[in-house]
Amino acid sequence: MTAPRDKFGRPIVVVTGMGVVTSLGAGKADNWKKLSAGESGIRTITRFPTEGLKTTMAGTVDFVPVEPFSSTDLSERLADIATEEAVAQSALGSKGDFPGPLFLAVAPVEVEWPQRLELGRATGETDIDYDAILRVSGGGQFTQYHRRFQFGSVADHLAGKFGTKGSPISLSTACASGGTAIQLGVEAIRRGEADAALCVATDGSVNPEALVRFSLLSALSTHNDPPQAAVRPFAKNRDGFVMAEGAGALVLESLEAATARGAKILGVLAGCGELADSFHRTRSSPDGKPIIGCVRNALSDAGIGPEEIDYINAHGTGTPENDKMEYLGISTVFGERTGQIPVSSNKSMVGHTLSAAGAVEAVFSLLTLEHQRIPPTINYDVPDPAIPFDVVPNKARDARVTAVMSNSFGFGGQNASLILTREPV
Amino acid sequence: MNQLKSNSAEVWITGIGLATSLGEGLEANWDALNARRINVDEKGFAPYIVHPWAPVNLDTQIPKKGDQRQMEAWQRIGTYAAGLALESAGVKDNKEILGRMDMIVAAGGGERDLRVDCNILNLEAKGNSGPGFLNERLMNDLRPTLFLAQLSNLLAGNIAIVHGVTGSSRTFMGEEAAGVDAARIALARIAAGQSDIALIGGSQNGERKDLLVLYEFGGFNLKGKFAPVWTRENDAGFALGSAGAFLVIESKVHAQARGAKPYARLTSVVADLAHRKHPGEVRVSLENLWSKLGKLDSPGAIITGATGAEPVTSEEVAFLREHPDFAVRSTGTMFGHTMETQFPLGIGLAALSISRGSLFPPNDPTGLEVEMSKPPTQIVVVGAGHWRGEGMALVEAVK
Repeated sequence: MTAPRDKFGRPIVVVTGMGVVTSLGAGKADNWKKLSAGESGIRTITRFPTEGLKTTMAGTVDFVPVEPFSSTDLSERLADIATEEAVAQSALGSKGDFPGPLFLAVAPVEVEWPQRLELGRATGETDIDYDAILRVSGGGQFTQYHRRFQFGSVADHLAGKFGTKGSPISLSTACASGGTAIQLGVEAIRRGEADAALCVATDGSVNPEALVRFSLLSALSTHNDPPQAAVRPFAKNRDGFVMAEGAGALVLESLEAATARGAKILGVLAGCGELADSFHRTRSSPDGKPIIGCVRNALSDAGIGPEEIDYINAHGTGTPENDKMEYLGISTVFGERTGQIPVSSNKSMVGHTLSAAGAVEAVFSLLTLEHQRIPPTINYDVPDPAIPFDVVPNKARDARVTAVMSNSFGFGGQNASLILTREPV
Repeated sequence: MNQLKSNSAEVWITGIGLATSLGEGLEANWDALNARRINVDEKGFAPYIVHPWAPVNLDTQIPKKGDQRQMEAWQRIGTYAAGLALESAGVKDNKEILGRMDMIVAAGGGERDLRVDCNILNLEAKGNSGPGFLNERLMNDLRPTLFLAQLSNLLAGNIAIVHGVTGSSRTFMGEEAAGVDAARIALARIAAGQSDIALIGGSQNGERKDLLVLYEFGGFNLKGKFAPVWTRENDAGFALGSAGAFLVIESKVHAQARGAKPYARLTSVVADLAHRKHPGEVRVSLENLWSKLGKLDSPGAIITGATGAEPVTSEEVAFLREHPDFAVRSTGTMFGHTMETQFPLGIGLAALSISRGSLFPPNDPTGLEVEMSKPPTQIVVVGAGHWRGEGMALVEAVK
């Protein structure tokens, strides 16, 4: 019988349900099969014309139809799919009655081009300004767009559908959002506010303006052909990240509550760390201190040393900057062991699922623990001598894995790290 | 770290930063409230009414012009107000504290470049609709850094860059409820010993036609002539407000150790989500929250962020009428509706009123707001979102 509290006297937080959807497919089984086979979900964009774009591929989820398309509608659908899988696996509560709060990582919401063009047409004018748009926006013909484009609308939908309790929290810490959603759930359970929490992260952002925005910041890969080879984390010829869509959902519970109801425990959320970077809006501090501090905070929150980590699920976006800084951060903390710890990037296959990435990769980390098999970093043909990680190149590897660190870093100086283990530490 | 303490820590409000349509700083806002002065613009966005931000010298809180240029108005307003809060708490430039200070920002985002939008719409209206048309215009017309001024978490990012708050950085979204939850989670973390000190708050620029469009979809904008919140029943809606409101909250132990004086104690913050499918749900939700606040002494006071939107405002009025011993004040009348910022603004005004020993005067022809002569020792802050989300906070005098 395991003690229900950790070495700091806090309730131990475990995972009892997981769901995932990415460009590789819907559900853990399909995703794991393809992930461990080293398959890529990146494809040429067909959702909208790509003429005039420098980047023409993405990890879109095209098998979930949304018509007319909006990124917020797709985010909501993806969150539904992942949450249904997670809640069903946990068998916690009853249908539409989840006994805990919702923490949702979701991309910032705004009116999108299909809707804006619709408004423009509704003016009937050819000299359109925002006053003309305002004149046609009211009167009830676009009422549904108010709800759709409220930042809280996806969380409101999920809270209603799954019956979570209290005020649902929608959050953004950019590309670290998924990690933050999980951290909020862990903290709520540790405070004793809840026995269970639903942590969901979703992103359906592949639309023309979102793609152009990242493109203008020179953040995206332009290795368009073949798209499957575009994401090259830690490789010398990496040239940017690839936008992708997906969702991850985790049901967290206190070990005590999960044990009491005889739930199957899928893993332990042993620690969470965060630290903000004040150096620059899109770049990490060159000394790596915020990343180093974030990783150390996660280890210290879990109460373990770096020697106990035997796999790192990297942020690994494939941008020249991120991968270099991630190496600096990890090698500083892990010292001489750095080259011996497997460090792989799921993003080499599923792309960068942005707001969802932290949760998607937490699910993959837990599947790594379950299967004792490390998914590879694909497209690793030209090693970067400046980043001598063991990236588990191109082929999955069987390994003994007891503790995983999963990192997420984002624009705006966001850093979050999670420690996931098979058993309580 | 994150050690669970056996007793819940007392949490103090030690810093308040306000930069609103009524002015910059506590004195200017306090004076305007007491003079019942409201700053509205009925013409610039006619027929819509907005509360314009009172101009400030940005350089005093955002010294680098380069930083100012990297932000859109909502971020400048918020970063400015955050600086005021840090100054008020006496931690400005205290690298040791700022480096471990937690931050939860309640944010919207997405300020559009209206010129770019309209150019594309006009070209489309004139027949430009080839497959690459939208892509080419966006690639050519969008400023590369505009995205960073639109991202919700970049208000927090800018506060980290300009003021050095780096312990943690979390951004909550979701309109009014985001402001409630920012306070709720920060308080819970400090009370449980997961954090010692936090910066919380939000900002909004109400002078935005793209934001007016979003609320016009649902018919939420106040039009024509300004009227106090409680008189809008037959002409419902809100006037978008412009404000930054930030608070520094910390454990009593932490405040005492550094010799900081409290404005007030933040005793509890509670929140819920009524699905609003049936009439009366909001009123019930508010009553439930009221019962969870802790011990309330009457007569007392309520500062509410009631929006003026219907049916939620009428339900809130029904709730308020159940508590006639509490003097009500509406921030919506005085500041307009600042969305995510309204609840932190309410907490700030509650703490300010308690520290000044008086509640600011009513400004309401309907008589719902009544005079309060005695110094308030408890103020309940109420926030019922125009569409979703209900929250309450109890702010008390430090004993």
